[in-house]
Amino acid sequence: MFRRVEQGGPDTCEVVFDGRKLALPRHTNLAASLLAAGIMSFRKTQVSGSPRGPYCMMGACFDCVVKIDGETRQACMETVRDGLMIEQVHGEAGFDE
Amino acid sequence: MSEYDIAVIGAGPAGMAAAAQAAGLGAKVLLLDEQESPGGQIYRHIEHAGDEQLRVLGKSYEAGQLLLRDLCEAPVEHVRRATVWMVGKDGGIAWSVDGKASKTNAKRVIIATGALERPVPVPGWTLPGVMTAGAAQILLKQSGLVPQRAVLAGSGPLLYLLASQMITAGAAPLALVETNSMRDVFAAALKLKPNRTTASYLKQGVKLLAAIRKAGVPRYSAAQNLQVEGGGMAEAVSFNCGANAHRISCDFVLLHQGVVPNTQITRSLGLDHDWDKQQRCFRPVTNRWGRACETIYVAGDGSGIGGAKAAELQGRLAALHAAASSGVIGKGERDVRADPMLRELAGQLSVRGFLECAYAPSEQVLAPHDDTIICRCEEITAGDIRGYAKLGCKGPNQAKAFGRCGMGPCQGRYCGLTVTELLAAANGQTHDQTGYFRIRTPLKPITIGELAALESK
Repeated sequence: MFRRVEQGGPDTCEVVFDGRKLALPRHTNLAASLLAAGIMSFRKTQVSGSPRGPYCMMGACFDCVVKIDGETRQACMETVRDGLMIEQVHGEAGFDE
Repeated sequence: MSEYDIAVIGAGPAGMAAAAQAAGLGAKVLLLDEQESPGGQIYRHIEHAGDEQLRVLGKSYEAGQLLLRDLCEAPVEHVRRATVWMVGKDGGIAWSVDGKASKTNAKRVIIATGALERPVPVPGWTLPGVMTAGAAQILLKQSGLVPQRAVLAGSGPLLYLLASQMITAGAAPLALVETNSMRDVFAAALKLKPNRTTASYLKQGVKLLAAIRKAGVPRYSAAQNLQVEGGGMAEAVSFNCGANAHRISCDFVLLHQGVVPNTQITRSLGLDHDWDKQQRCFRPVTNRWGRACETIYVAGDGSGIGGAKAAELQGRLAALHAAASSGVIGKGERDVRADPMLRELAGQLSVRGFLECAYAPSEQVLAPHDDTIICRCEEITAGDIRGYAKLGCKGPNQAKAFGRCGMGPCQGRYCGLTVTELLAAANGQTHDQTGYFRIRTPLKPITIGELAALESK
């Protein structure tokens, strides 16, 4: 788990991650807020189906890739907004469809 | 006709300084940066940092506020969340913001895209819960989050800084596992040139180590056979120190083996790159102003690792030269302004020889065991690459055809140098002979729709 140095603020909004409703602090970094909510695995690889989570947090490694409203996105480059529908990329090649 | 005199890519210390300097000289400046707010990774989120974050992150982070102020006061057109996916030698640039593409052109382009963490291929480095030390710093800077029950492992002074920040934040790491040894540090100290910069680095290092000792964080040296264990996520780190085997249960593992230049754009431009033996990475070939060709400049860590202070100076120098070469100022003014900066830059860079020797990357990550994954995207192992070499594969581009390494979405960012190292060793060639992946546009994945919308404008 994480220790919070700065509070994310009381203003939360509801997002859905793989069918699970989560209240995340509004306008925060999506990957960081998912991690803070206890989600470690963001996707499964297409080669072996292994779980992956954020590795670089700076938009370079693409291991935090998720689907947001159907589009493949890097969670570490996204901001928490109301009503985000987030799905794990399960096995299929996120960018190769 | 160019829309801008100077376009700067990246808003870290080099890019912020370059943009502010160029605009201050009267140039029309465009600054493109991928993040929501300026600062790069070193000063990430500096615009919105709270008091507690500033306390935890310390003076070296707070220094970014001066750069931020200069940037805000300069008439710079700053586009946030802009992912640059094409740069041309003609000064053409294309980027996307939230899936909407734009393009423009500038007389001069300053590439200030900084550094990436060196790949750390050890068993288990792909498990959730394993992150780079840089990622932990980003979580702290941007989101105020500190991982608990974490082990810091690898080589480099960043591990000391991160450990001390975690201690200040009340979440001391479980252990600091170093792959280098104090013998490396003492041997490197012989290379130290005594001056103001090196003295301040040493003082800082001693202070950080004292804080780590005082907090009672166990510190291991000369660790070998580092691996992360776990099923679905990181559960423990194991390693050897001499004859002793260690295993530490943990929830997070924060890896670091130094940082290397992010050369994606300079590679895509087909610019010359040389192998830097000391830094063990490729760097684009530039003159002392950072000029790589008539239109293109490279400033900051992207041109070779020099740290944030050096990056800032390099940004200013590139801006001065670009402004002069595009007719915004005269050469006389350029040289008068540049002279003290060049001297200060030499001072800043004088500490690198020591750092590079004291904190060299470990043998384990430069020549991983056969069964270690080296390409995270395509899950290619070190043994796979050595196997390609046996079949006659001489270079990284050929290796792509053998097994897709470097062809996943990260486009080789976290395997490229490892592939070069492995093929160079297996074929008995130099790193320069072995070369690197050919990087092509688009530099980040974009949709066909984005591309089509751009052309119809």
